[in-house]
Amino acid sequence: MQELLQYLFSGITNGAIYAVIAVGFALLFNATELINFAHGEFVMLGALGMVTLYNGLGLPLAAAFLLTTLGVSAVGFLFERFAIRTVKRPDAIVLVIITVGASIFLRGVAMLGWGKDAHSVAPFSDHPPLSIAGANLLPQSLWILTIVLGAVLGLHLFFTRSLTGKAMLASAISRRAAWLVGIPTGRMVQLAFVLSAAMGAVAGVIIAPITMCSYDMGTLLGLKGFCAAMLGGLGSLWGGVLGGFLLGVLEALGVGFLSSSLKDAIAFVLLLLILYIRPAGLLGARKVQRF
Amino acid sequence: MVARFLRRNWAYLVFLGGVGVTGCLVQNAYYFQVLTFIGINTLLALGLNLLMGYAGQISLGHAAFYGIGAYTTAVLTTTWGLSPGLALPCALAIAALVALVVGLPTLKLSGYYLGMGTLGFGMIVHILLREWTEVTGGASGFIGIPPLQFGPIAFTDPRAYFYLVWATVLLSFILSHRLIRSRVGRALRSIHDSEHAARAVGVDTQRLKLQVFIFSAILAALGGFFYAHLINFISPDSFNFLVSVRMVTMVVIGGMASVWGALLGACLLTLLPEWLHAFSDFEMLVYGLILMLVMILLPQGLTRGLLDAYERSRKNPS
Repeated sequence: MQELLQYLFSGITNGAIYAVIAVGFALLFNATELINFAHGEFVMLGALGMVTLYNGLGLPLAAAFLLTTLGVSAVGFLFERFAIRTVKRPDAIVLVIITVGASIFLRGVAMLGWGKDAHSVAPFSDHPPLSIAGANLLPQSLWILTIVLGAVLGLHLFFTRSLTGKAMLASAISRRAAWLVGIPTGRMVQLAFVLSAAMGAVAGVIIAPITMCSYDMGTLLGLKGFCAAMLGGLGSLWGGVLGGFLLGVLEALGVGFLSSSLKDAIAFVLLLLILYIRPAGLLGARKVQRF
Repeated sequence: MVARFLRRNWAYLVFLGGVGVTGCLVQNAYYFQVLTFIGINTLLALGLNLLMGYAGQISLGHAAFYGIGAYTTAVLTTTWGLSPGLALPCALAIAALVALVVGLPTLKLSGYYLGMGTLGFGMIVHILLREWTEVTGGASGFIGIPPLQFGPIAFTDPRAYFYLVWATVLLSFILSHRLIRSRVGRALRSIHDSEHAARAVGVDTQRLKLQVFIFSAILAALGGFFYAHLINFISPDSFNFLVSVRMVTMVVIGGMASVWGALLGACLLTLLPEWLHAFSDFEMLVYGLILMLVMILLPQGLTRGLLDAYERSRKNPS
């Protein structure tokens, strides 16, 4: 019982991180039908941003968080402006290779900027771990859950309450129709890139204290966030959240009760299963056009 | 008769001449290794090109078959003491079998979903290679793979190995060309343009896609076989997700739907990192930048881009 609870705690913590990454994928896929293989690198930049601003320069938590997110969003903006918009023939495969190129480029930049060594970041607060029914809950886990739920709730309100959010949804549903009613669809795509990068940065910021941060940490995180997005339903905000938490918990249980060496395989086995059984994902539309 | 043969096959003759002259001129063992790598990568790119360029099916997990080829021969020749000549058909058969089992459900998907399905498969194989320590040697790799020997003929000399690999490349080129020009090839291209239309005129698209998938898996395993016996040491990292991505990149940069594009892509992407070593720390940065720039400026790949530029210059001679 106590063991199970401990696994659940760590699963939910990791799941929250996968959830924000998945939401970043979903945001972009909704707006542009693009899968960004550089998304994991935004997470990495977020974590390394905290290494410099929070640990290195000793800025207050909120300021470091804000600056990091803004910086990574700016990278997302530049990426859209210079790499995606300038493509002559935006085929899916061409765009995918460009995002792969961008991910290698960003990893190269990070290697130059932060070196090849792994860095660590202090937790956001130094409370002792809470003990719940014999299982330990790190305060950082609470930070992570709060920030993730806040970010997702904020996005949800943005899409349902604000005019810009509704315009973004409209251009995701039909870009041409949205353009006809006067929505600047080009700017909506740009905004989607910025928001998606910001979500990646948030994931990086909150994961920084519980993992080693290095220039190559993004790839696996990005792929797992992607599995989570597929699991919940690519293109659905809450689907991404559900997929993230589900993946985190299943991974933790798998590590606890099966074998820790197969931890990384669980995400991909789930990915294959969901593709074969229900390609739309758990919360996606029932009938999916398989292109 | 002779003139017609020359006109039809000039590309092959240039290819043969190029390989022959290179093999005679080069003396340095390191250069031979790089040139052999290009040949191995050409095998990989060729198979994937048939799948992506002709059948229009993307695979982001092809390094798995490359790895299956390499690890099968490693285990059979080193652990079990089989001769490489016996290990080769086993490696190809296992890759074909895995491709059949994986392809059956996966190829029902298409577009992004197919890409993701193959990605998942590739990751699972990579993790298996890393974690199945008793058989594969785990993360630290598999050492002591014997050099290649078919019966009495040993390929320990780098030049002999170079010729062997490139002869195989030539053979698979001829095979692929025949395949593309045949009825099967036309059916494949019809899948690329519209799978529904292809099915409407009676093409068994599921079966064809599966066959091409298996063929490309066999070519990848062949590449893996040569790779393992060339450097005598393999580790899971040589077959990870980034290697799959590099294979796709070779195909796309070289130019899809052109067999020679696979050769060009393999040449460039094998040589590029070698040249970029001069940049040392800037290597990754420059590599990523080149990848992005080529795709932004020449989205159809270099082969098509160069041909277009050539045709333009012929139309307006300035």
